[in-house]
This record gives sequence, C-alpha cells and structure tokens, in this order.
Amino acid sequence: MAIMNRMLVGLAAILLLAPVFATAGAPKPTIKIENPGQCIAPVAEMRVNHMEMLKHSRDRTMRQGIRGEKASLNGCIECHASKTTGSVLGKDGFCQECHTYSAVKLDCWDCHQPKAGYKHAEAAGAKP
Amino acid sequence: MQSALTQRLEIPSFYTWAGVGALISALGTAAAFYMEHNGHHVTGMNNQVFWGLPHVFAIFLIVAASGALNVASIGTVFGKKVYKPRGPLSGLLAITMLAAGLFVIMLDLGRADRLIIAMTHVNWTSVFGWNMVLYPVFFGLVGLYAWLLLDRKMYAYSKAAGTAAFIWRLVMTTGTGSIFGFVVARQAYNSAIIAPMFIIMSFAWGLAMFLLFQAAMYKWQGTPINEAIRQRLNNVLGTFVAAVAYFVIVYHLTNIYFAKQTAFEHFILVSGGIYPQLFWGGFVILGTLLPLLLVFVPSLRSMPSSSTLASIFTILGGLAFLYVFIIGGQAYPLDMFPGMEVKSTFFDGAIDPYSPSMPEILLSIGGFGLFFLLSLLAVRVLPFMPQDDIAKLQASGALHD
Amino acid sequence: MKEPQDLIDNKSRRSFVGTAAVAGAGLGALAIAPGLHLIQVSEASTPSQGASSKVRWGMLIDTTKCASDCDACVKACATENGINETLKDARQGSQWIRKIDLKNPKTGQEHSLPMLCQHCEHPPCVDVCPTGASMKRADGIVLVDRHICIGCRYCMLACPYKARSLVHMPLTTQNPEVPRGQGCVESCTFCVQRVDKGLKPACVESCPEGAMLFGDLNDPNSEVAQRIAKEKTTQVRGDLKLNLGVRYQGI
Repeated sequence: MAIMNRMLVGLAAILLLAPVFATAGAPKPTIKIENPGQCIAPVAEMRVNHMEMLKHSRDRTMRQGIRGEKASLNGCIECHASKTTGSVLGKDGFCQECHTYSAVKLDCWDCHQPKAGYKHAEAAGAKP
Repeated sequence: MQSALTQRLEIPSFYTWAGVGALISALGTAAAFYMEHNGHHVTGMNNQVFWGLPHVFAIFLIVAASGALNVASIGTVFGKKVYKPRGPLSGLLAITMLAAGLFVIMLDLGRADRLIIAMTHVNWTSVFGWNMVLYPVFFGLVGLYAWLLLDRKMYAYSKAAGTAAFIWRLVMTTGTGSIFGFVVARQAYNSAIIAPMFIIMSFAWGLAMFLLFQAAMYKWQGTPINEAIRQRLNNVLGTFVAAVAYFVIVYHLTNIYFAKQTAFEHFILVSGGIYPQLFWGGFVILGTLLPLLLVFVPSLRSMPSSSTLASIFTILGGLAFLYVFIIGGQAYPLDMFPGMEVKSTFFDGAIDPYSPSMPEILLSIGGFGLFFLLSLLAVRVLPFMPQDDIAKLQASGALHD
Repeated sequence: MKEPQDLIDNKSRRSFVGTAAVAGAGLGALAIAPGLHLIQVSEASTPSQGASSKVRWGMLIDTTKCASDCDACVKACATENGINETLKDARQGSQWIRKIDLKNPKTGQEHSLPMLCQHCEHPPCVDVCPTGASMKRADGIVLVDRHICIGCRYCMLACPYKARSLVHMPLTTQNPEVPRGQGCVESCTFCVQRVDKGLKPACVESCPEGAMLFGDLNDPNSEVAQRIAKEKTTQVRGDLKLNLGVRYQGI
C-alpha cells in the first residue's frame, strides 16, 4: 500500500499548506473611515463583536420596538457609507471590503437599504 | 451478510438508469437555483396562488412516504408473512420519498438559505414547526427499523422499532393533513376530515409507489413475482383506493351541503376549467375507477401488467387530486364579503389563472428523479429487494388465492 | 447626481448633534453644581422604552366617506414604505393596502373601502409561522421579522384578509426605515416606523375625507376608542372571532 501512503501524505500536505495559498492571492481590504473620531467602541471590539451587537440590537428593535440604541444599523450606514458611492457596499464599501476578504456572505442588504440618506427619487406612487 | 429474505439488486442497465435519475434531479436542482437567485417572479406563482406545482409534488411525495411504510408495518406490527420480506424495501422507499419531497418543498422556499434558522427558531403552534421534529425523527426511526430488519442478529428488536415508526408516521401524516385542516380562512380547508383523509391517501399512494418501484426492479432483474402475492397486494391497493374515494366523497358532500360553500364546490367540480377536469378525469376516472377495475375485475386482474398500471393510475390520480386541492383552494378568492361582488387592484374576488412555469415543472419532476436515484443506488448497494420463499409461504398456508 | 453629503439625512445629523449638545449640557451641569442636574445625562441618549402592552393600536374606517375613485391611502402607503417595484405580472406585486370595490348584485348598490392587515388580536398568521417570524408586538401591531422569515408562505394561506404579499424579486430602492426584501413575506405594519415616533400611519394622514382614524384602543380618552364605544362598528369576517384592530363603519 505504498501508493496509498503517498497519496495520504500528498493530501495532508495540500490541506496543511492550503491556507498559505488561500491568502496569498486575496487583496487586503481597504478600510476607509469616512467620519473619524465618532467610534462607538474600540476597533478591536467592533471587529469581534459587531455581529452580536447588530443581532441583539435588531431583536430589541424589531420584536420589542426599542429604538435609538447605540448600534443602530441606519446609524452605522450614515457614518460609514463611502462618500464617493454613498453606500456601504460596492467598491470601497465599508461592509463589503472586509466581508469579501473573509468570504462571509452579507445577508442584511437583501432587505436593508445600503445607501446613506436614501430617499427614492420621485414618488413612484402605488403599484396598481 | 445477506439476509435470506432480501438481496441486492443486480441489473445490467444500472448505470443508464442511475444516469437518468441523476439528470432529472440535476435539472430540478438547477431550476431551484434559478428561482432562488432571481426571486419567485420567474415562476407562475403570485400573491394569490403562492403554493404551486412544487408543493403539489412535494406533498404527494411526503404523504406517499408515510404510506410506503405501511407495507413494513403490516409485516412487523400485524404479522402478515407475505409482507415480511418487503419490510426493508418499504422502509427504504419511505426514507427516499420523504427526502425527495422535502428536497422539492425546501428548495421552493423564498429564502432557502435560512433552513438552519427554521431548525433553530421553532414556533410550536405551527404544524410546520412540529415538522421540524416529526420529519427528522421519522428518518431516524425508519432508518433504525430498516437496519433492525436487515441485520439478522437484531431482528428481534425490529417489532418495537416498527411499532414506534408506525405510530410516529400516523402523527406525522395527521400533521401534514392539518397543515390545511387548521386553516380557518379558506373554504377548501378548515375541516377536521382533512387529516384522516390524508392518512388514507398515504396508504393508497404509498402502496402504489412501492408496487411501482418493486415492479420496475423485478422486471429489470428478471425476477418473477408470484401471482398469489401479486393478487394480495393488488387487493390491498384496491381497498385503499376505495377508502380514499369514500373520504373524498364525504368531504365534498359536506361542503356542497353548506350554502356558504356551494359556490366554491361549483367552481371545483363544475365551472373551474382545469380543476373539474383534473378532479373528474384525473382523480375519479384515472385515479379511482380504472385502478378499481384493474384490481377487482377478474379478466383484468389476471393481466400481469394490471398491478403496475393500477399503481401508475393511482399515482396520477393522487397528483391530480392534490393539484385541485392545493391550487384550486388558492385560486378561488377569499370570501370576505359574503353575497357581494368584489373587485380590487389586488385581484380580490377574482379567480386566479395560475399555470406552472418551466422552473416549477423541472423542480417538481426533479423530486421524482431524486426519489428514483436514491432508491436505485440504495437497492444496488444494500440487500433491500424482497425474495419470496414461495414453498415456505405455501406450506404455512399464508398464500391462498 | 447629488453629492453624497447632500443626501445625508439632516434629521439624523441634527439628532446626533442635538444628543451631543444635550449630553454636553448635562455634563456641564454636573461640573457647575455637583448634585444639581438640569438634564440627566443618562436620559439624553437612552433608547426608547419599546412597545408596551398597555397600548393597543387600532383603526376606525368610516367607509361612507370613502370615494370609489380615490386611492390616496394606497399611494401614500407605497411612497412611505418604498413599495415602488414594477413587475411584469401585476399579480406578483406587493400591496399592503388596497381599495376594494363592493357591489350588491341584487340591488346594484356600490361601496368602496380600504383593506389592509387587520392586526388581529388572535392572528392566524402568527399561529402558523414555523419560525415565529410572523409576530404580534406587545402593542398589538402584527409584523414580519424578516430576519427569520424563510418565505414558506404559510401565513399567506392562513390570512383571511389576503393581507400578506411575497416579495417576488430583488429590491434596491427600499426606504431605510422600512427594510423589505426578496423572498420574505410582508404586510401592512401600521407604519410602525411612524407610530414609534408619535406619528400616524401614512394612509390615515393622506385620506382627504378623514375617513380613517388611528389611535390607542386601550386609551378611553382617544378619539378612536370613544367612537368605537359609542357608535356601531363591524369587523370584516367577525365570525372568525379574531378581535381585529381595524373596525369599519358603513359596510
């Protein structure tokens, strides 16, 4: 079973070395803070906890109707939206950059408006 | 170690058939991705008919899955000898049919990516919520049961597992019927009879699917089925089909009796276009009368193909019934203002002209493809196919025509 | 295209500045006279208390004032809630409120009324939702928690009023205060984003005849509670005993 052993060693090598190759090509995210000096928490804490903050905040707002919390999604968007695109998605999008790098799918924006201060252009009126 | 009661399937055209099953399943999966990516606007469904063809096929498979287990139950729980070798195959088909049905219904979700959430956030007042427990435990119990039947050393424990599986599936199918029975808003549903009706339908459709699969495998393998056994199974199918007809008659008669339901029944049975056509042509003639004739008329029942044809017609009749029940029940408008003519921009008061789109058709048929593929692979790999020891059965008097 | 800076909502900037100013004033008060607070610092940035079960939001609609060719409420709802997508098949479009035209076939008498989510006290949609996404808030407003909605459409089957719609396509022009998206089911929220600010729903505000009245059913001093106590009102499909939040007159 020498062939079997060699195959196993080869497989192990690929699996162990994969992380090296995986990160070798991905460009690091460009993080642009559009409105500096107004952080609601230190960067390290935000990096680790922002999903929990958003999740608990959303349940308190959605299910209990508590509004005006520190970590409100619209508050985040208003501050973090790119000044060039007006959005937190797309090129240089604050959320998009890190999430693309870490390959974590963003589920929020199917429903939430990613553009800051968005008011749809004209009142399109009721759907017939 | 091969059981004396069962064997593995050996057929020359295995890879061809597996390929066919895989292709149909793949098309179904591709259709589901297309719908999920673009949104349901690419389907024929809308805000009035939102459970379309995929739901019809999925609910058929889910109901039939529960009924397919009947064959094993009759052997284990009720001790009938002819059914004992059929137990493992029955358990297998129950599992593969349920998997296929769930495949179709879960891929039709508006947010299929949230299935984990469905399992972690459960509302216990919802039948769909109960299903989060009913289905997985069904898989587990039936899997356990099939193993205990196949493994000679464990055979003694199979009766306990078989009884548990039998009771569990009655609860599960009661739930499936209650999905509709608990809906107070709609004239087609909102009735306690729907749960037992679904139980009886599971008996008929499950047995039909079992007989069809068994017949196909025997045919491709060149194994003949003993005529006495074939007739016994035929008789059971006929009995179940007749029982289904009884429940459907009672359901419709009661509806017709209530003045507030008469217009709806007229729509379903007379004026609704596709719905009366499918009900009378599909369910009554094709799905009930023809199978009964094939199974009970002496000159027809002696035809070797009578069981296969009766099974196919029963299945088609079941699909036709569910199409009328599920889609007809949505196409007919809600009666919020009895006695008034109703009109609105949201199509209140209007009958919905639903017709299935290609992605829906592909996903629906993909379910049958997956059922076939999974079952075919399983019977090839493990000894599920029943072997009848005719001499032993005759000696014990279990076979009398 | 406008500069992104111009599009930033003045309200949120003002509220931020306002909050900071009040906080600053509070801190200043502390500095001037320890123990003497002009405004408590904590109050300035406290989130709201949330929905309370002491309140039950409801609506009274006088359909005798409702004109059959008027759909101001429908248009206002679409504007406020960002319902502006166009679909090839109109039957796939979302409608949170619509005008229903009734005609008595025996007498020919015609009538018009707005139909929306009735915000039942015992909502069938809440009973059947597998994940609990369809929910009733403490103050009686029935909502869909789209974070956990899986789009199974069971609530659409269960609703006696056809109040629920499925979003059939990807959306990009949502109102930031009204998140809605593909694959989730939705319905009238009584403009919860407005109600939580002390405003009335958009449909109520927009009615040119004043046919729609909104208020707290539990508050004996509210106009809606007083009128329901004094005048005859009906619930659509009252036989279902869902104890609706929306009452009608004139049908």
